[in-house]
Amino acid sequence: MLKLLKYFSLAQWIGLIVMLGLIFLQTQITMAIPGQLGTIINAVTDGQRDVIWKSGGIMFALAISEVFVIIIINYLSSHIGSGFAKTLRHKTFEKVQQFSMDEISGFSTASLITRCTNDIQNVQMTITMSLRMLVTAPLMAISAILKILQSDKQLSLITMIALFVLVALIITCVTIVVPKFKHIQKYTDDINMLARENLTGLRVIRAFNTEDEEEEKFDNTNKSLTHTQKVVENVMNLLFPTMNFLNKTLSLVIVWVGSYLIARNTIDIGTVTTFSQYSVHILMSFLTLSMVFVMIPRALVSANRINEVLQTQVKIRSGTGKTPAVADGSITFSDVSFAYPHGDENVLENINLDIKPGETWAFIGSTGSGKSTLINLIPRFFDVSTGKILVDGMDVRDYNLKELRNKIGYISQKTLLFSGSIRENLLDGNPDATEEDMWEALRIAQAKDFVETLDEGLDYNLSQGSTNVSGGQKQRLSIARALIKKPEILIFDDSFSALDFKTDQELRSTLSTLLDSTTTIIVGQRIGTIMNSDRIVVLDDGKIVGMGTHKELLKNCPVYQQIAYSQISKEELDNA
Amino acid sequence: MPRGRVNQVSKARDFKKSFRDLLKYLKAYKWAVLLAVCLIVVGTVLFMLATRLVGDITNELQTASDDERAINFALVTKNALIALSFLITNYVFNYSSFVIMTIVSQNITYRLRKEISEKINRLPLSFYDHESFGDILSRITNDVDITANNLSSVVNQTFQSITMIISAVVLMFTINVPMTFVTFCCIPLSLLIVLLVVRFSQKYFRIQQNALGTVNGKIEEIFTNHTIVKAYNLEPRTMSDFDTSNNELYNAAWKSQFYSGIMNPLFGLVGNLAYITCALMGAFYAIDKVLLIGDVQVFITSVRNFNQPLSNISSISASVQNLMAANERIMDFLGASEEDPEDDKTATIENVKGSVEFDHVVFGYDPNVPIIHDFSAKVTPGQKVAIVGPTGAGKTTLISLLMRFYDIQSGDIRVDGVSIYDMKRSTVRDLFGMVLQDTWLFRGTIRENLTYGKEISDKELEHICKEAKIDHMIKSLPGGYNMELTEDSSISQGQKQLLTIARAMVQNSPMLILDEATSNVDTRTEELIQEAMDRLTVGRTSFVIAHRLSTIKNADLILVLRDGNIVEQGTHAGLLSAGGFYSDLYRSQFENK
Ligand SMILES: Nc1ncnc2c1ncn2[C@@H]1O[C@H](COP(=O)(O)OP(=O)(O)OP(=O)(O)O)[C@@H](O)[C@H]1O
Ligand SMILES: Nc1ncnc2c1ncn2[C@@H]1O[C@H](COP(=O)(O)OP(=O)(O)OP(=O)(O)O)[C@@H](O)[C@H]1O
Ligand SMILES: [Mg+2]
Repeated sequence: MLKLLKYFSLAQWIGLIVMLGLIFLQTQITMAIPGQLGTIINAVTDGQRDVIWKSGGIMFALAISEVFVIIIINYLSSHIGSGFAKTLRHKTFEKVQQFSMDEISGFSTASLITRCTNDIQNVQMTITMSLRMLVTAPLMAISAILKILQSDKQLSLITMIALFVLVALIITCVTIVVPKFKHIQKYTDDINMLARENLTGLRVIRAFNTEDEEEEKFDNTNKSLTHTQKVVENVMNLLFPTMNFLNKTLSLVIVWVGSYLIARNTIDIGTVTTFSQYSVHILMSFLTLSMVFVMIPRALVSANRINEVLQTQVKIRSGTGKTPAVADGSITFSDVSFAYPHGDENVLENINLDIKPGETWAFIGSTGSGKSTLINLIPRFFDVSTGKILVDGMDVRDYNLKELRNKIGYISQKTLLFSGSIRENLLDGNPDATEEDMWEALRIAQAKDFVETLDEGLDYNLSQGSTNVSGGQKQRLSIARALIKKPEILIFDDSFSALDFKTDQELRSTLSTLLDSTTTIIVGQRIGTIMNSDRIVVLDDGKIVGMGTHKELLKNCPVYQQIAYSQISKEELDNA
Repeated sequence: MPRGRVNQVSKARDFKKSFRDLLKYLKAYKWAVLLAVCLIVVGTVLFMLATRLVGDITNELQTASDDERAINFALVTKNALIALSFLITNYVFNYSSFVIMTIVSQNITYRLRKEISEKINRLPLSFYDHESFGDILSRITNDVDITANNLSSVVNQTFQSITMIISAVVLMFTINVPMTFVTFCCIPLSLLIVLLVVRFSQKYFRIQQNALGTVNGKIEEIFTNHTIVKAYNLEPRTMSDFDTSNNELYNAAWKSQFYSGIMNPLFGLVGNLAYITCALMGAFYAIDKVLLIGDVQVFITSVRNFNQPLSNISSISASVQNLMAANERIMDFLGASEEDPEDDKTATIENVKGSVEFDHVVFGYDPNVPIIHDFSAKVTPGQKVAIVGPTGAGKTTLISLLMRFYDIQSGDIRVDGVSIYDMKRSTVRDLFGMVLQDTWLFRGTIRENLTYGKEISDKELEHICKEAKIDHMIKSLPGGYNMELTEDSSISQGQKQLLTIARAMVQNSPMLILDEATSNVDTRTEELIQEAMDRLTVGRTSFVIAHRLSTIKNADLILVLRDGNIVEQGTHAGLLSAGGFYSDLYRSQFENK
């Protein structure tokens, strides 16, 4: 929790200090009001009515000023609490944005979502609710303790015992509860994950009639969460009644014991009454603190979880090299091997490629042979294990990440668009794109016709996961988003898979006439899609088993031959 | 303008309704709540009595010292013991009522979560066209959490405060009536303040919960699309997008807190005014010898006692407002209209043969814009039917209609002569094993994913995967069948597709639907699987959608779809020789322009 304190801004610190001052002022005022009572009572004995009126007036003025002080405190505390939460959310979100794929999967998306909202909400609530109590309660307690210690020893001892019991109780409860709160936040992650899974899998779940199973899975976590919550709360529930009990019992014991002490003439009645008042003060302040202690454990756990995110070292970071002057889109792989961060086997081995500017290269190979992995190394979604990759002659690790990725138009295998209008999604490709640019990109991507038929046109709102357009339409929109960027290098990861042959063919032929100077990398499964590439790389089990043109490979690469013949008969191939 | 969907914030909805909704849930536990309330009330009364007894002891000490006589220890001890027993009872009662209310409110939150999770599966798919997942998730986590955190404490504190107020009032009445009336004025005045402030602040609590939902939605979607954010350097855009919502949340958060916090000092002021008035009145009474000075002191202390619970109420009211705002969002979701009920539908098919008939089907996602116009086709049992056509032709739509994901506008679809609208949705869906265009796997082992919803032994499972030629691929993965798939599945797209195919095969349904099931799978593997599938589905009707025409060459019937209409149908050879749209499509894969 303390680690998060550094995210307070200067203004927030100042506000905090002002607030503490005001809180101190407020406690003084609060105490001053009953203080006037003494004057009044004295005046009663002397029968001075005007003094009583005056005291009444002072009390009134104090009461009014108290209102203003509290309102200012309240203003400050609500700003500081919510402002701090806002800063934390901003920082956490910003941090996650910097994460590479590895860190994201380390935390899991669902957990990152919980941390960004639910956990921060917990911290905020505790801060705003407890700031004041955290200041007033110790203030009250300390002054009362000091006064008590000056008076009777035996009675002080009793108070100290009560205090000790309390502190022991608080410590025990907190120790029991903190690990449980870790579980609670973990379960919240799971609740989030399961519900999210259910939402993304709506159709499959319905198709398989497995609603009950999903609900049962959810129910199990829900039960565990509820159970842990009950345990935690019932432990924390002990605090308040115990405090209350100790509080009253203490004053009872004090007068009781006091009565014997008075009988033995060790103390007088006045000491007993003032003493019992002060001891009540101490315990009252602990009572207020108990409400804080109920909230703090959960906030601690949450703060810790937020901190975990903020402290994570991002592995893939911008290099410091100077951007090369020639930006023609050449790509070189030299002796590249790669294993996923948590996998032990190499997924790619010894890859050497020399892609010249403006060339079109295709990658083909069986499922899981490493095609996606290979191209994901170019925009540095992952770093190579050994060897190096050069873009425009410079190691990708030396690039500023932003500049490197600016050179690349990447179309992922799994189409991902944002909810919102088509226009907004295209602007993601190039924020400066004009209306014409958009239609041009859509035209090349063969999506123009379909967007034109929509009533809203470019303003058609895509739903989350773009479920309100067809698979092929979705894919073409993501292609248009890449094209509108006009990058040096275009990467298609099996991005024609949802297109019919005709569209695929038209798309490629438009592309090839337009993109003479763009280096293009295509991962494909269809021979038809890739046969006209300048060079085709055949991957098998992470190794290159063939490289050359379609004709060359047909002659000398057995794997390629098998792939080719699985799609089209010999005669058709020969005709082509 | 903010991006994407904007939440319809703060539509005026009445407070009473969401309160009633919540009461419905509390009603199930009415005896427990009643017991808890009794315990609180009795406990608090005992507590007050104990306070009184302690006061009596002090009085005894005081008078003894004033009169210079010996202290009556019998009385002191008796009072002390009674007070102690009261305090202990109060302690037990107090804790018990807390426990009861905790259990009740946790059970209610459990129910709320459960109902939301069930609701998700009962809403029509079209509902999700306008909702962000993150916002729904926020309801199930953040909003429910708020309910959990506030419900029990609200009930406990309310009753506790009320009893304390009443006991304090009773105590005061025994001392002086006019002064008690002065204190009494606090109550309507306080209520007035509550009403005024709530009217103002409630709005911000509502905005706050909605804004939290929006923020959660943004976060969820942006994190899901992390790859794209990285690839397109979208960080500045997503950041500013996020900051907009974050700011909105911040504004609502501080306002709701500030405005609801105003109540506290106002209550304090009211209490202080009563206190001052009583002090003055008491002082003058004392001068006029109407009251003893000791009584005045007791009275004034009880005015303090009276103010304490009153100011508690101000903090309770903030909890209540937050609770209501959160609860309203939960109830909104639970109240969304579901798919039509179908309890009256009883039709089933024994011994499915597998004839499927589309009879003049008309359908549009927007009823005014038909996508399928008057579609009719007849499939005889055991046929392998391929549906081809350009993207967006309506192939997936057709399948969705068959699976009853959406309901047609007119016409009928019949399986073995029985309309699928006479059957329950689950009955219809049981007829088909399905592989969707979108690969979806859940976190868990590969085995759990494959046996999804079915009880079959490991041996059988392996047998089926071997038959389907997928066993080899699975075994090559680290951990084989026991490999844990993560949320963002650490396997290749093609491997995912193979798993979804295996999953459908395990279902062993009478009919099969494959929508672009192998689009990311390499063609050699695809060929193997195809053969296997042909073997496994002998005699079963199957529907195949594929763009790779190699996938569908050997279909018994090819339906060529274009703009929601069948433009051609026949076999591969037949359609090729006809030289129409299909042969065009087929030949385009070899064309070199
Ligand atoms: N949920 C929806 N709401 C509104 N329109 C939709 C929705 N889903 C699909 N559409 C539209 O309906 C039409 C047919 O879509 P469908 O998904 O059936 O096409 P398809 O033939 O399967 O295409 P593909 O080969 O690209 O998958 C498309 O124009 C699409 O934009
Ligand atoms: N995040 C990951 N962590 C660990 N292993 C992974 C991860 N992603 C993929 N793999 C494994 O790496 C291998 C190569 O995967 P990759 O996605 O590169 O295949 P691919 O050639 O693109 O296949 P496909 O044609 O199916 O898309 C596969 O065996 C896969 O299981
Ligand atoms: Mg891939």
